[in-house]
Amino acid sequence: MRDALGDVQSVLVLGGRSEIALATVHLLAGQRLQRAVLAVRNPKAASEEADRIRAAGVSVDVVKFDAADTESHAAFVAAMFTDRDIDLVLVAFGIVGDQAQADHDAQHALEIVHTNFQGAVSVLIPIADAMSRQGHGTIAVLSSVAAVRPRRANFVYSSSKAGLDAFTNGLADMYAGTGVHVMAVRPGFVATRMTTGMKPAPFATTTDVVARAIVDGIRARSTVVYAPAILRFVMPALQIVPRFVWRKMRA
Amino acid sequence: MSTPLVRHETLQGWGRTSPSESTVYEPDSEFQVPAILEAWESDGGAQRRGSIARGLGRSYGDAAQNAGGAVVSSAALSRILELDRAAATVRVEPGVSIEALLKFLVPRGFFPTVIPGTGIVSVGGGIGADIHGKFRHGSFCDFVDSATLVTPALGPMRISAETNADVFWATAGGMGLTGVVTEATLRLHRIATSQMRVDTTRCRDIDDCMTAMMDDSRGERYSVAWIDCLANGANLGRSILETAVHATVGDLPAERARDPLAYGAGLSVSAPPWMPNGLLNSWTVKAFNELWFRKSPKRPHRTTVSIPTFFHPLDMVKGWPSIYGRHGFVQYQFVVPYGHEHVVRIILERLSAAKCASFLAVLKRFETSNAGLLSFPMPGWTLALDVPAMHPGLNKILDAFDDLVLEADGRVYLAKDARVAPQRFAAMYPHLERWREVRARLDPNCALQSDLSRRLGL
Ligand SMILES: Cc1cc2nc3c(=O)[nH]c(=O)nc-3n(C[C@H](O)[C@H](O)[C@H](O)COP(=O)(O)OP(=O)(O)OC[C@H]3O[C@@H](n4cnc5c(N)ncnc54)[C@H](O)[C@@H]3O)c2cc1C
Ligand SMILES: NC(=O)c1ccc[n+]([C@@H]2O[C@H](COP(=O)([O-])OP(=O)(O)OC[C@H]3O[C@@H](n4cnc5c(N)ncnc54)[C@H](OP(=O)(O)O)[C@@H]3O)[C@@H](O)[C@H]2O)c1
Repeated sequence: MRDALGDVQSVLVLGGRSEIALATVHLLAGQRLQRAVLAVRNPKAASEEADRIRAAGVSVDVVKFDAADTESHAAFVAAMFTDRDIDLVLVAFGIVGDQAQADHDAQHALEIVHTNFQGAVSVLIPIADAMSRQGHGTIAVLSSVAAVRPRRANFVYSSSKAGLDAFTNGLADMYAGTGVHVMAVRPGFVATRMTTGMKPAPFATTTDVVARAIVDGIRARSTVVYAPAILRFVMPALQIVPRFVWRKMRA
Repeated sequence: MSTPLVRHETLQGWGRTSPSESTVYEPDSEFQVPAILEAWESDGGAQRRGSIARGLGRSYGDAAQNAGGAVVSSAALSRILELDRAAATVRVEPGVSIEALLKFLVPRGFFPTVIPGTGIVSVGGGIGADIHGKFRHGSFCDFVDSATLVTPALGPMRISAETNADVFWATAGGMGLTGVVTEATLRLHRIATSQMRVDTTRCRDIDDCMTAMMDDSRGERYSVAWIDCLANGANLGRSILETAVHATVGDLPAERARDPLAYGAGLSVSAPPWMPNGLLNSWTVKAFNELWFRKSPKRPHRTTVSIPTFFHPLDMVKGWPSIYGRHGFVQYQFVVPYGHEHVVRIILERLSAAKCASFLAVLKRFETSNAGLLSFPMPGWTLALDVPAMHPGLNKILDAFDDLVLEADGRVYLAKDARVAPQRFAAMYPHLERWREVRARLDPNCALQSDLSRRLGL
């Protein structure tokens, strides 16, 4: 059970090797966390990550999960929620893809959209249902500031996140006032595997800052959290930047 | 047999911190209860999530709710069944509130020996948490003569400390996890008037306060100290001590003495309008505490007041938890044995240093403990503090308090708790294993569950 101060005892991570998610799990491990389930594409590749969490005194299971394989999602969710409660589901999978390729290759663009948006929708609906039956829990979804103002440099990724963000907000509205809490997390640029080789954007931050924002958001039952927090004010400002200026800023 | 009312509801405790969804049943006959428990009995899977009893929802945390499962409300089981004047006992259904009981009993010259700091508590909740009050010679279940308990495995059974002590003392303070109490007989105290004779003393600091509380020379029956948590340094623990006895007819002014047991409902006012939702910070708390402290005269003085005025001053402010805003608050209440007064002092100091705005801090003391396997009271000091849930780093602060309490062989109170770590809880309650054994006999399949039982692994 989540306690009164937002500390959770169990977590299921979809995209269990995500660096942002792992930083969050480690932060939770220093609180009340007892059990973590890492759901990953390739379970063999996650053994090191699992051991590091075990070293913090948390019991860890690694299970197979592919966001793109939407057919498998209903059975996957049913299996996750059969025996014990899950206090927190962290939806952290995602790919940026290669925008230059996606500019002209519809198949690649669809691959990005399919994983980030369709894959998430497909797994979030049964998860929300299961949590509602369980009567309590938090679903935290890794969206992005890219959902707020899409950039030329990664607009297919941005549009997939915009769809995911809108879906997450709708889900949050659906469960408002119940025991199920749904939250969209909008990080700015975070130095992780995903952004290796990219030029850091202004307000670039670290996985620890995002993890802290997620944990604080769970506690406050926030609907949207930004990391770093200043982006809460920066992004609305960027949204109203006229398009001709925006095009120059992000050329 | 009729079927009970059913509805789906988001429930939370008084602190408003942990909402969850339950299917709420409102049986109006004890005979409906076994079927509810059976329908929700756990099969180890996630679908069947068990049941838990709920009274008036005045426990602060997650004791009287059951995410995804059933909640058996006692709202429609709230009749006073029988007063036995010769034996000084009353037989009631579990949903009867202390307030309703007082209204019925006081004019007849009786008083429910132990009553808590609010009248809006049910008899079932009184047993489930083995509640205590300003009376320091016992807690609620010490005055429960017998009760009917509907258990999952053994069905309805009569329980009392004489006939089946193990079940009785597992139920006293057992947080509803041994069964649903559907009826109880309480032993009463005889009173001559409906008034309390109260002595009020201001205490300079915490040592002064504890010394005054240990002084039994006034022969008082009830005592409580209200501490100004924001006073620090030399003023740390600045407080107002109230001690009281039931007034005798001779204590009353002539016009009251004609009808000494007359009992009017207390006045009630809404939360002060100058305190908008969520506007609770160290400034408003300071102002409140300053007012509260100043309202009592400098010199010790004696007054005669009504029972609710002495016992339930908070009930006169309707909806006061709203001042903590939408994130709610937790109440931290612990007890430490005599000889560990320093724990009370250190906790007050740290709270003051952390600028933790505590609206209320109440210090009481106990003379005895009982055989309740999970009962809270033990001889010693008990301090209760309200803190806003969003105070930064609160769980770490409270974990450190838990360690201090644990080192002193003390414990925290489950009726107030919403966040203690399971390992620390287990260390605080040395009879936990025995309680688990009794529970396993009454409920081998965990048909009784609550958010609290899941959180603490009970
Ligand atoms: C302002 C205020 C002041 C308070 N002061 C005090 C005080 O001075 N001393 C003190 O001890 N407590 C105090 N409390 C706490 C309160 O007395 C306890 O939490 C009490 O248990 C609440 O009773 P309830 O009817 O609201 O029960 P609930 O909160 O609904 O339930 C409490 C527990 O009792 C169990 N329960 C309820 N009904 C039954 C039943 N029929 N059969 C079996 N189990 C049942 C529930 O499962 C749950 O575990 C105070 C609370 C408030 C809000
Ligand atoms: N880094 C940033 O700047 C940033 C900014 C805003 C938002 N985000 C979002 O935050 C989340 C976490 O990102 P991160 O920075 O921690 O990057 P990361 O370490 O690359 O994590 C992304 C994870 O998603 C997994 N994944 C990809 N496709 C999957 C699929 N089909 N099924 C299952 N898992 C899949 C990857 O698994 P493998 O290990 O198998 O590759 C990887 O572990 C992502 O949703 C990302 O979009 C990141």
